[in-house]
Amino acid sequence: MKVYLDNNATTPVAPEVMDEMAGAMKIFGNPSSLHQFGVRARHIVEEARSRLAAALGCSEEEIIFTSGGTESDNLAIRGALKNTEKRHIITSAVEHHAVHNTFNELGKQGYELSRIGVDSNGVLVAGELERALREDTALVSVMLANNETGAVQPVREIVPLIRETSPGAVIHTDAVQAFGKLDFNVKDLGVDLLSVSAHKINGPKGAGALYIRKGVKVKHLVSGGHHERNIRPGTENVAGIAGLGKAAELAVPLKAGVIEKMKSLKQRLIEGVREKVDNIRVNGDPENTLCNTVNISFNNVEGESVIMMLDMEGIAVSTGSACTSGSLEPSHVLKAMGVDPVAAQGSIRFSMGKYTTEEEIEYLLEQLPPVILRLRKMSPLEG
Amino acid sequence: MEEYSSKVMEHFRDPRNVGTIENPDGVGHVGNPVCGDIMELYIKVNEKEIIEDARFKTFGCGAAIATSSMVTEIIKGKSVKEAEKVSNQTVAEALGGLPKVKMHCSVLAEEALRKAIEDYRKRKNT
Repeated sequence: MKVYLDNNATTPVAPEVMDEMAGAMKIFGNPSSLHQFGVRARHIVEEARSRLAAALGCSEEEIIFTSGGTESDNLAIRGALKNTEKRHIITSAVEHHAVHNTFNELGKQGYELSRIGVDSNGVLVAGELERALREDTALVSVMLANNETGAVQPVREIVPLIRETSPGAVIHTDAVQAFGKLDFNVKDLGVDLLSVSAHKINGPKGAGALYIRKGVKVKHLVSGGHHERNIRPGTENVAGIAGLGKAAELAVPLKAGVIEKMKSLKQRLIEGVREKVDNIRVNGDPENTLCNTVNISFNNVEGESVIMMLDMEGIAVSTGSACTSGSLEPSHVLKAMGVDPVAAQGSIRFSMGKYTTEEEIEYLLEQLPPVILRLRKMSPLEG
Repeated sequence: MEEYSSKVMEHFRDPRNVGTIENPDGVGHVGNPVCGDIMELYIKVNEKEIIEDARFKTFGCGAAIATSSMVTEIIKGKSVKEAEKVSNQTVAEALGGLPKVKMHCSVLAEEALRKAIEDYRKRKNT
């Protein structure tokens, strides 16, 4: 049996999206051309824009297409800062690397950083943010939901705080993980900028978008033509954009039906693991994490060996730690939550998708306990 | 990440000599759980200075488990003097190579072996 539980890394492309993209690839015109070849391609791009705008609850002219979540985050943060002289910027301690490392670099360039901590459930401490806000704060970037733990951040709640104390600050949120798994729309959130990615919502890799609230200024990061309102030059990735539009359209009903389904699978997963494996810690409050994400520390075992053993049984999961990427530093997210560094080494992220079935979760619950038992027998940390 | 060799996978899937030795003649304990790797190597040495048995317990990634398993295989039946010559390269080569980011696991195996032999000498001389 093959069970894919790494949907926060990427998702399988929906068949409807593939069809949409195959059709779009046949329309080879340049959307900027005036002739009919170009006009047909332009139609595809604009159709996708209107689908995505509908899914996010904004208007078409507030959408800029990019190459994905990382570019959207960079464009949002760096592009907004190009329009201000203010040098104080704020983010959370648990951002995705696309934001986390962008802030690190800005810090080296002389920006003054405030990184807001999280509680033991991985949720931003709003009081700490309140104290960090200043009149000269240029930008605040806080993700909508965390990729490792699924913790949902109080973005809607902090927007009024920021507006009050730092009226000039631009507010960005990375909604890459939240999109399709959390019921939100940009107007309710009240943010200025919001990043999304296609491949996390059963769309293709290499396509994403940035919502820019009307009136908010973002300057291009690379120079080129007039595409995407001069904010993101370069001939549009027509097929990718078509795929993103279709995936966004499919994500709307996803919110309604699939969120409930994933919630019950998540509950079963947590209950099952608790029942069958001792000495574990569920990271994050299940009531306030994404419907599809479960992060569990299995004490006295190391994450990569768990992944490899589950992989042999056909189950794909991932680790919270960065060990596989060559760094021995445990995840900055779990560290910020105060998870014991040794326990963090044994943290596994299970992330479900819209195609995940009950049968697959039951299969995981059969295969996981013997894997943990086997590794614990090998572990010198077991008493 | 680079893929693991089939030999690494074989030793990960079916690690040799897992466990501890009662009344061992030498024990090597290396690593740090915060970094994600701990190895414990136990050896039993006979009067002819031949390593009769070697066992390990490891907390770590796939490569850490495979290198632990491999080092016990290599040193079993060898004299202590021969075993001393076993380096991290010996272990990595026997596994058909390791991804660059995992070479430190073979270093850990070498260190565990050195510590176990050191411990054996210390016990013998007291």
